[in-house]
Amino acid sequence: METDINSQDRKDLDKFIKFFALKFNLAIKDIPEVTHEAKKALAGQLPAIGRSMCVEISLKTSEGDSMELEIWCLEMNEKCDKEIKISYTVYNRLSLLLKSLLAITRVTPAYRLSRKQGHEYVILYRIYFGEVQLNGLGEGFQTVRVGTVGTPMGTITLSCAYRINLAFMSTRQFERTPPIMGIIIDHFVDRPYPSSSPMHPCNYRTTGEDTGVTYPSVEDSQEVCTTSFSTSPPSQCVFTVTKAHFQTPTPVVTDTLRVPMAGLAFSHQLSSSRLSYQPAALGVGSADLAYPVVFAAGLNTTHPHQLMVPGKEGGVPLAPNQPAHGAQADQERLATYTPSDGAHCAATPSSEDTETVSNSSEGRASPHDVLETIFARKVGAFVNKPINQVTLTSLDIPFAMFAPKNLELEDADPMVNPPDSPDTESPLQGSLHSDGSSGGSSGNTHDDFVMIDFKPAFSKDDILPMDLGTFYREFQNPPQLSSLSIDIGAQSMAEDLDSLPEKLAVHEKNVREFDAFVETLQ
Amino acid sequence: MNCRSEVLEVSVEGRQVEEAMLAVLHTVLLHRSTGKFHYKKEGTYSIGTVGTQDVDCDFIDFTYVRVSSDELDRALRKVVGEFKDALRNSGGDGLGQMSLEFYQKKKSRWPFSDECIPWEVWTVKVHVVALATEQERQICREKVGEKLCEKVINIVEVMNRHEYLPKMPMQSEVDNVFDTGLRDVQPYLYKISFQITDALGTSVTTTMRRLIKDTLAL
Repeated sequence: METDINSQDRKDLDKFIKFFALKFNLAIKDIPEVTHEAKKALAGQLPAIGRSMCVEISLKTSEGDSMELEIWCLEMNEKCDKEIKISYTVYNRLSLLLKSLLAITRVTPAYRLSRKQGHEYVILYRIYFGEVQLNGLGEGFQTVRVGTVGTPMGTITLSCAYRINLAFMSTRQFERTPPIMGIIIDHFVDRPYPSSSPMHPCNYRTTGEDTGVTYPSVEDSQEVCTTSFSTSPPSQCVFTVTKAHFQTPTPVVTDTLRVPMAGLAFSHQLSSSRLSYQPAALGVGSADLAYPVVFAAGLNTTHPHQLMVPGKEGGVPLAPNQPAHGAQADQERLATYTPSDGAHCAATPSSEDTETVSNSSEGRASPHDVLETIFARKVGAFVNKPINQVTLTSLDIPFAMFAPKNLELEDADPMVNPPDSPDTESPLQGSLHSDGSSGGSSGNTHDDFVMIDFKPAFSKDDILPMDLGTFYREFQNPPQLSSLSIDIGAQSMAEDLDSLPEKLAVHEKNVREFDAFVETLQ
Repeated sequence: MNCRSEVLEVSVEGRQVEEAMLAVLHTVLLHRSTGKFHYKKEGTYSIGTVGTQDVDCDFIDFTYVRVSSDELDRALRKVVGEFKDALRNSGGDGLGQMSLEFYQKKKSRWPFSDECIPWEVWTVKVHVVALATEQERQICREKVGEKLCEKVINIVEVMNRHEYLPKMPMQSEVDNVFDTGLRDVQPYLYKISFQITDALGTSVTTTMRRLIKDTLAL
């Protein structure tokens, strides 16, 4: 191109443009890697006509999906301004342009995303020369012309094209706090683009914590589960949704039961405790069939606040792993037996509960024994089972009979109807209307009962994999522990009973030793 | 030479007034400030560097860039604070405006005082809304953030039209063009004023005050 520009001016112009491309009169802290990359891309050349310098900003998720967010483009065109003074006007204008660039970078949607990058996604940049590629920005992208500076050699234009349509990943996803599970992020990817330069991360601002955090998965979510259980007071509902989620608590539960040591009562205790250990799939409700209406009655009168709308799910909290330690710790069971139980128990529902039925009849065998346990239940929020349709016979969840009794309690409970989930109805309502909730099919006693509308407490919208809800769904049907199966239980119980007299005899023989031992303790 | 005038309008909640005004003023001043001039013997000068920093707003989902000059920041905060208080105390509809005026001083002969000739005026009109629920406030946060993004883009577009700017002065006249009173940055001479409009849309008090001041200044 012919110009009247003299060599000094030209040198200056080149210098200014180069500095602009790198940094310019502003105290901008250089990030060495970026400078290095930029210099490499420049490779001793400058933006020229037809050869724009482009910086592409894109986002890459932990799953490997990527999306271009912005393309900044420094172009040169043919329109010359011969009159302009380089060392003065062009310099100042380029300086102004750089300030504008700074201001505009905080204004594009990608900026907010970049401030929140971390576990779920990272922001990458790529510098290349050549034709600007706007295809990856999706439909309806917007362009901002940051500024132009005319020079004797052409007009420099800086523009930014940024994506508007963040549809394929919901923007909400990026506005969340880091998830429970960390994700391994692969930063460097070779992109199949014309100038296939590698992408680099822009995460200089991140807290620098665990970009390489591995998948803590289950443990963490379990902790979440348990935390929500143990720390929530009895009057608050805990998440559980379907019986499917009910997992048998460990035998620790029995510790909380005060049991008279009468033989029969003992056996009854055993049976009840074992019954309560039925996995949900088997229809836990059967266990609770052994504790019929009296339960409800007793509880309602004595511990109205403690009794949360139970029956809807496993009354025993469903933390998949540590179930009810926390929960049970502050619970005691109250149950009284009456002969009438038999009648109720007879109406055992589920087909799969033959064993439990037999056990419940065992329980019934000692009607006059009173199990003194005080029971306070926690029941999950977002329960979707229709309460009023729940009957003893139809639900395979423990304490199912309590379900209809405590509508008002649950309604008023903030845990059940958390205000921060606007699109979650009261589980009661949900269940009453049976809206889209598979729990609505009351009376279903399927083993593979699947909750469609499950929204566990304390969980956010589950777009992420392996969040609370997904976890529950995955672990809601564990196989029954063999040691807790009824057959074995029944057998061993019988054996225990048989061996009792012998044991007693042995103990009596050693009475003196025991006494001496006790003396030493005192 | 005509003074060019730009007007921006924003609707914000009461607690957002300060941040919104600061965002706009700082963005404008970022473009209208340079480093301190260091004049050398041969009549040339070098320009010091200017640092920048990000400011995150607390009540608006927005971040803006300002020059790293605490003095300048303090000066702006002071006047914005006065504006905010005046708005609050005015009652009424919560309508007001701030003007950022860049001017040049022209020395006049005695007894006349120096003339201030504005060459660029930025006016920001503010409408304060009152919101009832938290949800509305949250939406307002985002909306105002988006609006301010648009304002920044507008400001940048105006700045890059490269219209009239005062000539770089000789050392002797630098004070006629630039505010050299700050230690770390040198903005063009500017002044900030504000007005609260009452229900009738006329600003009574400040206009009167200005008239009197101007008359006395002559």
